[in-house]
Amino acid sequence: MEPGLDFAVVWDNLTYFLIGRFPHGPLGGLALTLYLASVSCLLSFVGGLALGLLSVCKNAAICWATLVLVNLLRGVPLLMVVFWTYFLLPALLGQTVAEAHTVIIALTLFTSAYMCGIVRAGIEGVPRGQREAALSTGLGRWQVMAFVVLPQGLRNMVPSLVNQFVSLIKDTSLAFIVGVSELTHVATQVNNRTMVFPTEIFLFVALVYFVVCWLFTSLSRRLERRLDRGKSLG
Amino acid sequence: MLKYHFDWGTVLSGRYLDWLLSGVVVTLEISALSLALAMFLGVLVAMLRLGPLGFLRRLAQAYLEFFRNTPLLVQIFFWYFGSYKILPQALNDWLATTNFEFAAGVVALGIYTSAFIAEDIRSGVRAIPKEQMEAARSAGFGYLGAMRHVILPQAVRITIPPLVNQFLNLTKNSSLAMTIGVAELTYQARQVESYSFKGLEAFSAAALAYLLISLFIAGAVNLYTRWVLRPAAGR
Repeated sequence: MEPGLDFAVVWDNLTYFLIGRFPHGPLGGLALTLYLASVSCLLSFVGGLALGLLSVCKNAAICWATLVLVNLLRGVPLLMVVFWTYFLLPALLGQTVAEAHTVIIALTLFTSAYMCGIVRAGIEGVPRGQREAALSTGLGRWQVMAFVVLPQGLRNMVPSLVNQFVSLIKDTSLAFIVGVSELTHVATQVNNRTMVFPTEIFLFVALVYFVVCWLFTSLSRRLERRLDRGKSLG
Repeated sequence: MLKYHFDWGTVLSGRYLDWLLSGVVVTLEISALSLALAMFLGVLVAMLRLGPLGFLRRLAQAYLEFFRNTPLLVQIFFWYFGSYKILPQALNDWLATTNFEFAAGVVALGIYTSAFIAEDIRSGVRAIPKEQMEAARSAGFGYLGAMRHVILPQAVRITIPPLVNQFLNLTKNSSLAMTIGVAELTYQARQVESYSFKGLEAFSAAALAYLLISLFIAGAVNLYTRWVLRPAAGR
Protein backbone atom coordinates (compact mmCIF):
# COMPACT_ATOMS: atom_id res chain seq x y z
CA MET A 1 0.00 0.00 0.00
CA GLU A 2 1.11 3.49 -0.77
CA PRO A 3 1.57 5.57 2.38
CA GLY A 4 -0.25 8.91 2.38
CA LEU A 5 1.53 12.24 2.54
CA ASP A 6 1.99 13.70 6.02
CA PHE A 7 2.82 17.39 6.03
CA ALA A 8 3.25 17.62 9.82
CA VAL A 9 7.00 17.61 9.26
CA VAL A 10 6.64 20.89 7.36
CA TRP A 11 4.62 22.63 10.08
CA ASP A 12 6.94 21.36 12.83
CA ASN A 13 9.93 22.93 11.07
CA LEU A 14 8.21 25.93 9.55
CA THR A 15 10.25 28.67 11.24
CA TYR A 16 13.43 26.73 10.47
CA PHE A 17 12.44 26.68 6.78
CA LEU A 18 11.65 30.39 6.79
CA ILE A 19 14.41 32.00 8.88
CA GLY A 20 16.72 29.21 10.00
CA ARG A 21 17.95 29.53 13.60
CA PHE A 22 17.71 33.27 13.31
CA PRO A 23 17.02 34.89 16.67
CA HIS A 24 19.43 32.46 18.38
CA GLY A 25 21.82 31.85 15.49
CA PRO A 26 22.65 32.88 11.95
CA LEU A 27 19.95 33.77 9.44
CA GLY A 28 18.94 30.85 7.22
CA GLY A 29 16.16 29.35 5.13
CA LEU A 30 13.99 31.47 2.87
CA ALA A 31 15.23 34.71 4.47
CA LEU A 32 18.84 33.87 3.61
CA THR A 33 17.77 32.87 0.08
CA LEU A 34 16.16 36.28 -0.43
CA TYR A 35 19.14 38.03 1.16
CA LEU A 36 21.64 36.25 -1.13
CA ALA A 37 19.47 36.94 -4.17
CA SER A 38 18.99 40.64 -3.33
CA VAL A 39 22.65 41.37 -2.61
CA SER A 40 23.80 39.46 -5.71
CA CYS A 41 21.15 41.22 -7.79
CA LEU A 42 22.33 44.68 -6.71
CA LEU A 43 26.00 43.85 -7.21
CA SER A 44 25.46 42.17 -10.56
CA PHE A 45 23.40 45.12 -11.75
CA VAL A 46 26.43 47.31 -11.09
CA GLY A 47 28.68 44.70 -12.71
CA GLY A 48 26.35 44.31 -15.68
CA LEU A 49 26.14 48.08 -16.12
CA ALA A 50 29.94 48.33 -16.13
CA LEU A 51 30.30 45.41 -18.57
CA GLY A 52 27.47 46.75 -20.73
CA LEU A 53 29.03 50.22 -20.95
CA LEU A 54 32.47 48.72 -21.68
CA SER A 55 31.01 46.54 -24.42
CA VAL A 56 29.50 49.53 -26.28
CA CYS A 57 32.53 51.81 -25.83
CA LYS A 58 34.50 53.13 -28.79
CA ASN A 59 37.77 51.27 -28.08
CA ALA A 60 37.62 48.01 -30.06
CA ALA A 61 40.11 46.17 -27.81
CA ILE A 62 38.15 46.90 -24.60
CA CYS A 63 34.89 46.06 -26.32
CA TRP A 64 36.27 42.77 -27.57
CA ALA A 65 37.85 41.80 -24.24
CA THR A 66 34.56 42.49 -22.45
CA LEU A 67 32.60 40.32 -24.85
CA VAL A 68 35.11 37.47 -24.47
CA LEU A 69 34.76 37.63 -20.67
CA VAL A 70 30.97 37.74 -20.90
CA ASN A 71 30.80 34.79 -23.26
CA LEU A 72 33.24 32.78 -21.15
CA LEU A 73 30.98 33.23 -18.14
CA ARG A 74 27.85 32.43 -20.14
CA GLY A 75 29.39 29.32 -21.64
CA VAL A 76 29.99 27.46 -18.38
CA PRO A 77 27.47 26.16 -15.83
CA LEU A 78 26.82 28.30 -12.76
CA LEU A 79 27.88 25.35 -10.61
CA MET A 80 31.30 25.56 -12.30
CA VAL A 81 31.56 29.26 -11.44
CA VAL A 82 30.63 28.48 -7.82
CA PHE A 83 33.31 25.78 -7.52
CA TRP A 84 35.81 27.94 -9.31
CA THR A 85 35.25 30.88 -6.97
CA TYR A 86 35.35 28.47 -4.06
CA PHE A 87 38.87 27.29 -4.99
CA LEU A 88 40.24 30.42 -6.66
CA LEU A 89 39.40 33.02 -4.01
CA PRO A 90 41.42 31.46 -1.17
CA ALA A 91 44.35 30.93 -3.56
CA LEU A 92 44.06 34.50 -4.74
CA LEU A 93 43.68 36.11 -1.32
CA GLY A 94 45.80 33.68 0.68
CA GLN A 95 43.05 33.34 3.30
CA THR A 96 39.73 31.57 3.69
CA VAL A 97 36.54 33.24 2.49
CA ALA A 98 33.13 32.77 4.13
CA GLU A 99 30.91 30.41 2.08
CA ALA A 100 28.10 32.96 1.84
CA HIS A 101 30.52 35.50 0.37
CA THR A 102 31.85 32.92 -2.08
CA VAL A 103 28.32 32.31 -3.27
CA ILE A 104 27.52 36.02 -3.57
CA ILE A 105 30.69 36.58 -5.61
CA ALA A 106 30.00 33.59 -7.87
CA LEU A 107 26.37 34.62 -8.43
CA THR A 108 27.47 38.19 -9.10
CA LEU A 109 30.11 37.17 -11.65
CA PHE A 110 27.72 34.84 -13.44
CA THR A 111 24.71 37.16 -13.43
CA SER A 112 26.74 40.24 -14.44
CA ALA A 113 27.44 38.49 -17.73
CA TYR A 114 23.70 38.12 -18.34
CA MET A 115 22.96 41.65 -17.07
CA CYS A 116 25.51 42.92 -19.60
CA GLY A 117 23.25 41.68 -22.41
CA ILE A 118 20.23 43.34 -20.80
CA VAL A 119 22.07 46.66 -20.45
CA ARG A 120 23.33 46.51 -24.04
CA ALA A 121 19.84 45.83 -25.35
CA GLY A 122 18.47 48.64 -23.20
CA ILE A 123 21.05 51.10 -24.52
CA GLU A 124 20.56 50.01 -28.11
CA GLY A 125 16.80 50.28 -27.69
CA VAL A 126 17.06 54.06 -27.27
CA PRO A 127 16.55 55.70 -30.68
CA ARG A 128 19.73 57.05 -32.34
CA GLY A 129 18.15 60.47 -32.72
CA GLN A 130 18.20 60.91 -28.92
CA ARG A 131 21.97 60.51 -28.82
CA GLU A 132 22.55 62.71 -31.88
CA ALA A 133 20.27 65.45 -30.52
CA ALA A 134 22.06 65.34 -27.13
CA LEU A 135 25.48 65.47 -28.78
CA SER A 136 24.43 68.41 -30.92
CA THR A 137 23.39 70.37 -27.82
CA GLY A 138 27.05 70.23 -26.78
CA LEU A 139 27.02 67.45 -24.15
CA GLY A 140 30.08 65.19 -23.95
CA ARG A 141 29.84 61.49 -24.81
CA TRP A 142 29.70 60.33 -21.18
CA GLN A 143 27.21 63.06 -20.32
CA VAL A 144 25.00 61.88 -23.17
CA MET A 145 25.20 58.33 -21.80
CA ALA A 146 24.55 59.35 -18.18
CA PHE A 147 21.82 61.94 -18.64
CA VAL A 148 20.05 61.04 -21.87
CA VAL A 149 20.56 57.45 -23.02
CA LEU A 150 20.78 55.51 -19.72
CA PRO A 151 17.73 57.07 -18.01
CA GLN A 152 15.60 56.03 -21.00
CA GLY A 153 17.35 52.69 -21.45
CA LEU A 154 16.97 51.75 -17.77
CA ARG A 155 13.21 52.09 -18.07
CA ASN A 156 13.20 49.47 -20.81
CA MET A 157 15.44 47.19 -18.75
CA VAL A 158 13.19 46.98 -15.69
CA PRO A 159 11.16 43.89 -16.72
CA SER A 160 14.30 41.98 -17.74
CA LEU A 161 15.94 42.95 -14.47
CA VAL A 162 13.02 41.56 -12.50
CA ASN A 163 13.24 38.33 -14.52
CA GLN A 164 16.93 38.15 -13.73
CA PHE A 165 16.10 38.54 -10.04
CA VAL A 166 13.78 35.55 -10.33
CA SER A 167 16.60 33.54 -11.92
CA LEU A 168 18.83 34.60 -9.06
CA ILE A 169 16.33 33.39 -6.46
CA LYS A 170 16.34 30.01 -8.19
CA ASP A 171 20.11 30.05 -8.59
CA THR A 172 20.76 30.68 -4.89
CA SER A 173 19.73 27.05 -4.37
CA LEU A 174 23.25 26.17 -5.60
CA ALA A 175 24.63 27.70 -2.40
CA PHE A 176 23.62 24.33 -0.96
CA ILE A 177 26.69 22.78 -2.57
CA VAL A 178 29.16 24.80 -0.48
CA GLY A 179 27.09 24.47 2.69
CA VAL A 180 25.31 27.81 2.98
CA SER A 181 22.11 27.20 4.94
CA GLU A 182 19.61 28.76 2.52
CA LEU A 183 16.21 27.20 1.81
CA THR A 184 17.39 24.19 -0.22
CA HIS A 185 20.17 23.37 2.24
CA VAL A 186 17.77 23.64 5.15
CA ALA A 187 15.40 21.30 3.29
CA THR A 188 18.11 18.66 2.83
CA GLN A 189 19.01 19.03 6.53
CA VAL A 190 15.44 18.44 7.65
CA ASN A 191 15.20 15.59 5.15
CA ASN A 192 18.34 13.95 6.51
CA ARG A 193 17.09 14.33 10.08
CA THR A 194 13.54 13.05 9.56
CA MET A 195 14.45 10.49 6.86
CA VAL A 196 10.93 9.44 5.80
CA PHE A 197 9.28 12.65 4.52
CA PRO A 198 11.30 13.64 1.41
CA THR A 199 8.21 13.98 -0.81
CA GLU A 200 6.48 16.34 1.62
CA ILE A 201 9.60 18.41 2.29
CA PHE A 202 10.64 18.96 -1.31
CA LEU A 203 7.07 19.58 -2.47
CA PHE A 204 6.73 22.25 0.19
CA VAL A 205 10.07 23.85 -0.65
CA ALA A 206 9.24 23.83 -4.38
CA LEU A 207 5.94 25.51 -3.54
CA VAL A 208 7.67 28.22 -1.47
CA TYR A 209 10.09 28.97 -4.31
CA PHE A 210 7.21 28.93 -6.76
CA VAL A 211 5.11 31.45 -4.82
CA VAL A 212 8.03 33.87 -4.40
CA CYS A 213 9.27 33.58 -8.01
CA TRP A 214 5.78 33.66 -9.49
CA LEU A 215 4.99 36.90 -7.64
CA PHE A 216 8.02 38.55 -9.22
CA THR A 217 7.33 37.02 -12.65
CA SER A 218 3.80 38.47 -12.56
CA LEU A 219 5.23 41.82 -11.52
CA SER A 220 7.62 41.77 -14.48
CA ARG A 221 4.74 40.97 -16.85
CA ARG A 222 2.73 43.89 -15.52
CA LEU A 223 5.70 46.22 -15.90
CA GLU A 224 6.20 45.00 -19.47
CA ARG A 225 2.57 45.72 -20.34
CA ARG A 226 2.83 49.17 -18.80
CA LEU A 227 5.95 49.92 -20.82
CA ASP A 228 4.23 48.78 -24.02
CA ARG A 229 1.24 50.97 -23.24
CA GLY A 230 3.51 53.95 -22.63
CA LYS A 231 5.15 53.38 -25.99
CA SER A 232 1.98 53.14 -28.05
CA LEU A 233 0.61 56.35 -26.49
CA GLY A 234 3.87 58.24 -26.79
CA MET B 1 49.04 38.26 -5.66
CA LEU B 2 48.39 34.70 -6.76
CA LYS B 3 49.99 32.37 -4.23
CA TYR B 4 49.23 29.25 -6.23
CA HIS B 5 51.35 26.93 -8.28
CA PHE B 6 49.42 25.48 -11.21
CA ASP B 7 50.08 21.83 -11.95
CA TRP B 8 48.32 20.82 -15.14
CA GLY B 9 50.38 17.66 -15.71
CA THR B 10 48.79 15.79 -12.80
CA VAL B 11 45.20 16.55 -13.74
CA LEU B 12 45.53 16.11 -17.49
CA SER B 13 47.10 12.64 -17.49
CA GLY B 14 46.53 9.10 -16.29
CA ARG B 15 43.35 8.18 -14.45
CA TYR B 16 42.40 11.78 -13.71
CA LEU B 17 42.16 12.50 -17.43
CA ASP B 18 40.18 9.27 -17.88
CA TRP B 19 37.74 10.39 -15.19
CA LEU B 20 37.26 13.78 -16.79
CA LEU B 21 36.72 12.26 -20.24
CA SER B 22 34.21 9.74 -18.90
CA GLY B 23 32.48 12.74 -17.28
CA VAL B 24 32.21 14.42 -20.68
CA VAL B 25 30.60 11.28 -22.10
CA VAL B 26 28.05 11.05 -19.25
CA THR B 27 27.28 14.78 -19.60
CA LEU B 28 26.56 14.32 -23.29
CA GLU B 29 24.47 11.20 -22.60
CA ILE B 30 22.31 12.72 -19.89
CA SER B 31 21.88 15.89 -21.98
CA ALA B 32 20.82 14.00 -25.10
CA LEU B 33 18.32 11.80 -23.24
CA SER B 34 16.89 14.75 -21.32
CA LEU B 35 16.60 16.69 -24.56
CA ALA B 36 14.56 13.89 -26.13
CA LEU B 37 12.20 13.87 -23.12
CA ALA B 38 12.08 17.68 -23.03
CA MET B 39 11.23 17.93 -26.73
CA PHE B 40 8.46 15.35 -26.42
CA LEU B 41 6.89 17.00 -23.36
CA GLY B 42 7.57 20.50 -24.70
CA VAL B 43 5.75 19.91 -27.99
CA LEU B 44 2.89 18.22 -26.15
CA VAL B 45 2.47 21.06 -23.63
CA ALA B 46 2.79 23.71 -26.34
CA MET B 47 0.03 22.00 -28.34
CA LEU B 48 -2.22 21.83 -25.29
CA ARG B 49 -1.42 25.49 -24.59
CA LEU B 50 -2.40 26.50 -28.15
CA GLY B 51 -5.28 24.05 -28.44
CA PRO B 52 -9.01 24.72 -28.33
CA LEU B 53 -9.80 23.18 -24.90
CA GLY B 54 -9.83 25.80 -22.14
CA PHE B 55 -9.34 23.26 -19.37
CA LEU B 56 -6.24 21.76 -20.98
CA ARG B 57 -4.92 25.23 -21.83
CA ARG B 58 -5.05 26.20 -18.16
CA LEU B 59 -3.48 22.90 -17.13
CA ALA B 60 -0.59 23.48 -19.57
CA GLN B 61 -0.23 27.03 -18.28
CA ALA B 62 0.00 25.77 -14.68
CA TYR B 63 2.65 23.23 -15.75
CA LEU B 64 4.71 25.95 -17.41
CA GLU B 65 4.47 28.36 -14.50
CA PHE B 66 5.24 25.76 -11.87
CA PHE B 67 8.29 24.19 -13.47
CA ARG B 68 9.75 27.49 -14.67
CA ASN B 69 9.46 29.16 -11.27
CA THR B 70 11.06 26.42 -9.18
CA PRO B 71 14.81 25.81 -8.88
CA LEU B 72 16.07 22.87 -10.90
CA LEU B 73 18.04 21.63 -7.89
CA VAL B 74 14.85 21.31 -5.82
CA GLN B 75 13.18 19.47 -8.70
CA ILE B 76 16.13 17.09 -8.93
CA PHE B 77 15.92 16.40 -5.17
CA PHE B 78 12.18 15.91 -5.44
CA TRP B 79 12.47 13.27 -8.18
CA TYR B 80 15.45 11.57 -6.57
CA PHE B 81 14.41 11.52 -2.91
CA GLY B 82 10.68 12.08 -2.97
CA SER B 83 9.18 10.52 -6.06
CA TYR B 84 8.77 7.04 -4.51
CA LYS B 85 5.72 8.12 -2.55
CA ILE B 86 3.78 9.24 -5.61
CA LEU B 87 4.84 6.48 -8.00
CA PRO B 88 3.18 3.03 -8.18
CA GLN B 89 4.94 0.26 -6.25
CA ALA B 90 5.68 -1.81 -9.37
CA LEU B 91 7.48 1.13 -10.99
CA ASN B 92 9.49 1.73 -7.80
CA ASP B 93 10.55 -1.91 -7.72
CA TRP B 94 11.69 -1.71 -11.31
CA LEU B 95 13.49 1.62 -10.79
CA ALA B 96 15.40 0.15 -7.85
CA THR B 97 17.04 -2.28 -10.26
CA THR B 98 18.14 0.45 -12.68
CA ASN B 99 20.60 3.33 -12.52
CA PHE B 100 18.14 5.43 -10.53
CA GLU B 101 20.37 8.52 -10.14
CA PHE B 102 20.65 8.79 -13.90
CA ALA B 103 16.93 8.21 -14.44
CA ALA B 104 15.96 10.82 -11.82
CA GLY B 105 18.40 13.26 -13.41
CA VAL B 106 16.95 12.73 -16.88
CA VAL B 107 13.37 13.14 -15.63
CA ALA B 108 14.16 16.31 -13.67
CA LEU B 109 16.20 17.91 -16.45
CA GLY B 110 13.71 16.82 -19.11
CA ILE B 111 10.66 18.19 -17.32
CA TYR B 112 12.39 21.43 -16.29
CA THR B 113 13.60 22.10 -19.84
CA SER B 114 10.29 21.08 -21.43
CA ALA B 115 8.62 24.06 -19.75
CA PHE B 116 11.04 26.45 -21.47
CA ILE B 117 10.87 24.61 -24.79
CA ALA B 118 7.06 24.73 -24.76
CA GLU B 119 7.18 28.51 -24.39
CA ASP B 120 9.62 28.81 -27.31
CA ILE B 121 7.47 26.65 -29.56
CA ARG B 122 4.36 28.57 -28.60
CA SER B 123 5.93 31.93 -29.38
CA GLY B 124 7.24 30.50 -32.68
CA VAL B 125 3.73 29.51 -33.77
CA ARG B 126 2.22 32.74 -32.50
CA ALA B 127 4.78 34.78 -34.44
CA ILE B 128 3.16 33.63 -37.68
CA PRO B 129 0.49 36.20 -38.65
CA LYS B 130 -2.99 34.70 -38.58
CA GLU B 131 -3.53 36.01 -42.13
CA GLN B 132 -1.17 33.24 -43.25
CA MET B 133 -3.65 30.71 -41.97
CA GLU B 134 -6.60 32.57 -43.48
CA ALA B 135 -4.86 32.90 -46.84
CA ALA B 136 -3.92 29.21 -46.84
CA ARG B 137 -7.46 28.23 -45.95
CA SER B 138 -8.94 30.41 -48.71
CA ALA B 139 -6.47 28.87 -51.16
CA GLY B 140 -8.17 25.55 -50.46
CA PHE B 141 -5.97 23.98 -47.73
CA GLY B 142 -7.71 22.21 -44.88
CA TYR B 143 -6.77 23.20 -41.29
CA LEU B 144 -4.19 20.42 -40.93
CA GLY B 145 -2.87 20.95 -44.44
CA ALA B 146 -2.42 24.66 -43.79
CA MET B 147 -0.62 23.85 -40.53
CA ARG B 148 1.57 21.28 -42.22
CA HIS B 149 2.48 23.20 -45.38
CA VAL B 150 2.22 26.87 -44.39
CA ILE B 151 2.34 27.57 -40.65
CA LEU B 152 4.70 24.94 -39.23
CA PRO B 153 7.50 25.33 -41.84
CA GLN B 154 7.68 29.01 -40.93
CA ALA B 155 7.29 28.43 -37.19
CA VAL B 156 10.05 25.81 -37.09
CA ARG B 157 12.43 28.22 -38.80
CA ILE B 158 11.86 30.77 -36.06
CA THR B 159 11.88 28.26 -33.23
CA ILE B 160 15.09 26.36 -33.90
CA PRO B 161 17.62 28.97 -32.66
CA PRO B 162 15.91 29.42 -29.24
CA LEU B 163 15.54 25.64 -29.04
CA VAL B 164 19.25 25.12 -29.58
CA ASN B 165 19.80 27.75 -26.92
CA GLN B 166 17.70 25.64 -24.56
CA PHE B 167 19.83 22.63 -25.41
CA LEU B 168 22.85 24.71 -24.46
CA ASN B 169 21.23 25.58 -21.13
CA LEU B 170 20.28 21.95 -20.65
CA THR B 171 23.87 20.81 -21.12
CA LYS B 172 25.07 23.33 -18.57
CA ASN B 173 22.21 22.53 -16.18
CA SER B 174 23.10 18.83 -16.32
CA SER B 175 25.99 19.74 -13.99
CA LEU B 176 23.42 19.80 -11.17
CA ALA B 177 22.95 16.05 -11.55
CA MET B 178 26.22 15.66 -9.65
CA THR B 179 24.32 16.47 -6.45
CA ILE B 180 22.51 13.12 -6.65
CA GLY B 181 25.60 11.21 -7.70
CA VAL B 182 25.42 11.10 -11.49
CA ALA B 183 29.07 10.80 -12.54
CA GLU B 184 29.01 13.58 -15.13
CA LEU B 185 31.70 16.16 -15.82
CA THR B 186 31.31 18.34 -12.71
CA TYR B 187 31.09 15.26 -10.50
CA GLN B 188 34.32 13.94 -11.98
CA ALA B 189 36.05 17.31 -11.60
CA ARG B 190 35.01 17.25 -7.94
CA GLN B 191 36.38 13.74 -7.62
CA VAL B 192 39.69 14.68 -9.23
CA GLU B 193 39.85 17.58 -6.77
CA SER B 194 39.30 15.38 -3.74
CA TYR B 195 41.89 12.82 -4.88
CA SER B 196 44.58 15.22 -6.09
CA PHE B 197 43.85 18.50 -4.22
CA LYS B 198 44.22 20.22 -7.61
CA GLY B 199 40.84 21.94 -7.46
CA LEU B 200 41.61 24.91 -9.67
CA GLU B 201 43.13 22.78 -12.41
CA ALA B 202 40.35 20.19 -12.32
CA PHE B 203 37.59 22.78 -12.48
CA SER B 204 39.38 24.83 -15.13
CA ALA B 205 39.71 21.74 -17.32
CA ALA B 206 36.03 20.93 -16.80
CA ALA B 207 35.03 24.54 -17.51
CA LEU B 208 37.03 24.38 -20.73
CA ALA B 209 35.20 21.21 -21.74
CA TYR B 210 31.84 22.90 -21.09
CA LEU B 211 33.00 25.93 -23.08
CA LEU B 212 33.96 23.76 -26.03
CA ILE B 213 30.58 22.03 -25.95
CA SER B 214 28.81 25.41 -25.70
CA LEU B 215 30.93 26.94 -28.46
CA PHE B 216 30.21 23.99 -30.71
CA ILE B 217 26.45 24.35 -30.18
CA ALA B 218 26.57 28.16 -30.48
CA GLY B 219 28.60 27.85 -33.68
CA ALA B 220 26.01 25.50 -35.09
CA VAL B 221 23.25 28.03 -34.32
CA ASN B 222 25.29 30.75 -35.98
CA LEU B 223 25.75 28.73 -39.14
CA TYR B 224 22.10 27.84 -39.09
CA THR B 225 20.95 31.46 -38.85
CA ARG B 226 23.45 32.52 -41.50
CA TRP B 227 22.76 29.80 -44.07
CA VAL B 228 19.17 28.82 -43.44
CA LEU B 229 17.37 31.81 -41.90
CA ARG B 230 18.94 34.76 -43.75
CA PRO B 231 18.30 33.57 -47.31
CA ALA B 232 14.68 32.92 -46.41
CA ALA B 233 14.30 36.37 -44.89
CA GLY B 234 15.73 38.06 -47.98
CA ARG B 235 13.60 36.12 -50.39
